[in-house]
Amino acid sequence: MSYHIVVCGSIVPDPLQTLTPVDGPQGPALKNEMMLPAVLDPWAGHALYEAANLAARHADCRVWLVSLGPKAKLQQVMMAVAQKAPFELVAVDGPASGFTDSFAVAEALAEAIEGIADLDRDKLLLFGGWQSASRGAGSTIQMVAERLGIVDQFQGVDQLNITDNGLEVLERIEGGSWLTSTVQGAPAAFGWATGELPEPPNNPQVGMMNMKTIMPALQKAKPAALGNGFGVNNVSLPQVVRETRVVKDMPVDDIARELVDWIQG
Amino acid sequence: MSDQMPEFNPDDLRQSMEADIVCVGYGPATAGFLATLIPALMNEDGTPIAESKAMPGMPPQVLCYERADDIGFGVSGIVTKGRGIRASFPDLDLSQIPMACPVTEEKVAYLYDPVGASRKSTGMKAAEKFLLPFKKNFAAELPWIPPFLRKEPGMLLSMGQFLSWTGAQAMGSGMAQIWPGMPVEKALVQGDKVTGVRLVDQGVAKDGTPEGAFMPGMDVKAGLTVVGDGPVGPVGRGLNREFGMPEGNHQREWAVGMKMVVDLPEGCRLKPGTVLHTLGYPEPEIFGFLYVYPENVASLGIFVPSWFDSPVRTAYRYLQHWMMHPYLWQHLQGGTMRSWGAKSLLESGRRGEPFLTGDGWARIGEGSGTTNVLTGSGVDEAWTSGAQLGQAVIDLLREGREFTKDNLDVAYAARRRASWLEEESVQSEKARDGFQKGMVTGLMGMALSGLTRGAINLSGPQKRVYERIPSLEEYYRDTIPAGEIIRIRDACRAKGQSLHDALMDRAGWPSIPFDGKLLVSHQDALLMGGKVQANPGFADHVRFLDPQACARCRTNICVEACSGQAITINPDGPVPLFDREKCVHCGACLWNCTQAHPDDPEQTNVDFRAGSGGLHSAEN
Repeated sequence: MSYHIVVCGSIVPDPLQTLTPVDGPQGPALKNEMMLPAVLDPWAGHALYEAANLAARHADCRVWLVSLGPKAKLQQVMMAVAQKAPFELVAVDGPASGFTDSFAVAEALAEAIEGIADLDRDKLLLFGGWQSASRGAGSTIQMVAERLGIVDQFQGVDQLNITDNGLEVLERIEGGSWLTSTVQGAPAAFGWATGELPEPPNNPQVGMMNMKTIMPALQKAKPAALGNGFGVNNVSLPQVVRETRVVKDMPVDDIARELVDWIQG
Repeated sequence: MSDQMPEFNPDDLRQSMEADIVCVGYGPATAGFLATLIPALMNEDGTPIAESKAMPGMPPQVLCYERADDIGFGVSGIVTKGRGIRASFPDLDLSQIPMACPVTEEKVAYLYDPVGASRKSTGMKAAEKFLLPFKKNFAAELPWIPPFLRKEPGMLLSMGQFLSWTGAQAMGSGMAQIWPGMPVEKALVQGDKVTGVRLVDQGVAKDGTPEGAFMPGMDVKAGLTVVGDGPVGPVGRGLNREFGMPEGNHQREWAVGMKMVVDLPEGCRLKPGTVLHTLGYPEPEIFGFLYVYPENVASLGIFVPSWFDSPVRTAYRYLQHWMMHPYLWQHLQGGTMRSWGAKSLLESGRRGEPFLTGDGWARIGEGSGTTNVLTGSGVDEAWTSGAQLGQAVIDLLREGREFTKDNLDVAYAARRRASWLEEESVQSEKARDGFQKGMVTGLMGMALSGLTRGAINLSGPQKRVYERIPSLEEYYRDTIPAGEIIRIRDACRAKGQSLHDALMDRAGWPSIPFDGKLLVSHQDALLMGGKVQANPGFADHVRFLDPQACARCRTNICVEACSGQAITINPDGPVPLFDREKCVHCGACLWNCTQAHPDDPEQTNVDFRAGSGGLHSAEN
């Protein structure tokens, strides 16, 4: 059985960046969003690496990465992502700051997926980050699937195996346990948790191959009209005062005492 | 070899790829090269100016590999006349580049010592008296700035934002690919010819032995290898070793530049475009800068030169004391650090120039000796060298000529020799020599060289850096008794700590009142400012070559000077520990070493190889 795997995944600010919410002309935004370095959303990254791994093990599979984000930033991030795994990019130009309505994001993504010319919907496995583009709600990939008419949906996926009986899925459930399910086959949607694969090394040849579709996709990227699906009254960051020290061989009791002092203080 | 892996020949797995031009490093020089080359690769009728040899029927295939995880992760606030940059972009609109603006005001300030701990020589103290009429806030603004130091009319840029801007244009053209996160191990040398580059191995342990996901570095073969990987880049230094240096040239003068980008406090009076240069404090040898960007943001920092003969020359602690000087603190107090970083500067200038060309390769940028050590300018010079090579390559491609040494000499080196870059480089060649003998002599030498355009210089021999580094006892002979230094050293070693804080405290430097915003611990600067990270699966890039040499070392200056506290005391042996997840890739360890290389007196016992990771801030 071959599959057409569509991975929904966009960019987020590089970890450790100082994110400052500001009120922009079109609602809240991140200060210097276009200046901050960005990376592929780690949840979506796991989905992409799992997709590439699945495609490598089964004949005639194809992988698309559907990405909604500011075109200029997408171009920059894709130079890093493209070296990781083979895919064909479908780019949609729009904000990726997190201050967007997941319903509208899902609508834009579904529309982009419906526009993929060679996509065989009977072979479609929809992948995405479990909590991506939804401020942790896990709603976006679910709504994309609904718009595409996919009823078999799995969230918090850590493992997907192709067996003689169909697709065997390992989902995270409460209490640190997994639920094993089997679905007969495509179409199905999978919101990935961390999966089981490490980040692949940068492979220049994969990058060169991907670039054949990435630059044309970016040039063709259509703007997404996401609208204002909700209002944000107030956004703020917790105030943090830092004083990190590097201390070696500190006794556990001393560490505990210092923590207690800090909490009490 | 890891015991999970059978022994094998990595070359059996090694991939190979063909290109026409491969560039190493995406700094200002390579940016200038690509900005010049790319627009000229296609004729007006849509045909390429030359056919790719790697992919017949296509335009020349141009690849660039950058070690950092993003092309915007370079470190520098830039004030520049921007002659080369403006020549490349005649219609340059600075408002299109974040954090860029024209220079509006320049000041040079001598900083008096407000805490009484700075080591000022008798000569410096005498010179201070001449400036007393101008003294205010423990500083004297010089009434006149020598023309060779002035940058007006010039521009302020953020290196990170400028390179992001140029890189986006280069990649958007589709005529070149710039791959970040891909360190280059070395040039591929066959006889006298360079045939391309080898990328670093991935999926290896700290010591480089293959592990489960081993992927040997790919060979990228190309007719021309453009080496612009900076002064500590492994490819450029490898070529220096392979082909030697021109007679009389050497790379013995360095500095580490450490800087921050700061959100200035509300109500700050500094106007965008303001440029402040300081000297005299926290130590006489340390120079400082503060550039004001639009939107109440400043780029600021210090340079700690290799002729500052302190065996505990920590840039970070000195940076904090410099910021807290009253002349600067009046503007900075209440500000917030947005970004932080450090890099080594090769301050040998033209004297550090390697061979510029060879069969199949050319050198550009700082590693090729472009930095003007008199004017304190490097970015525009690096850019210009890249642009000159770009024009040379266009000429050679159009004429169908090979990238041989002879052809590159005519098309590139001769072009460089005939330009303002060379003229000013020659003028500045001996401008810094006086600093070998002291700060006052150095300043006099700079003034002489600058005002006479290099006709008169206080020239003299230059020691290698490791030949200059005194013992702790010598350095602190007037301040701390030798016995106490031994006690402090033993106490710090027992705690696994570096020495500089304890010694500076003892020498009278006040403690830093951390505010959690601008004045933070060194590790917080890494995290909050540099966002320093390292990818798994790469080998350690800092290696200590001879353990016996480390055993002979009594100062561990590599630990004291490490910009990221990535090198630390080893409680179990003489060879320091290295944590590459803290390394900012400044390369200061390369020249901050007291021991000579086992086989090469111009090198030290520290090898700085190709490695992954580093700063993750594009606001630098």
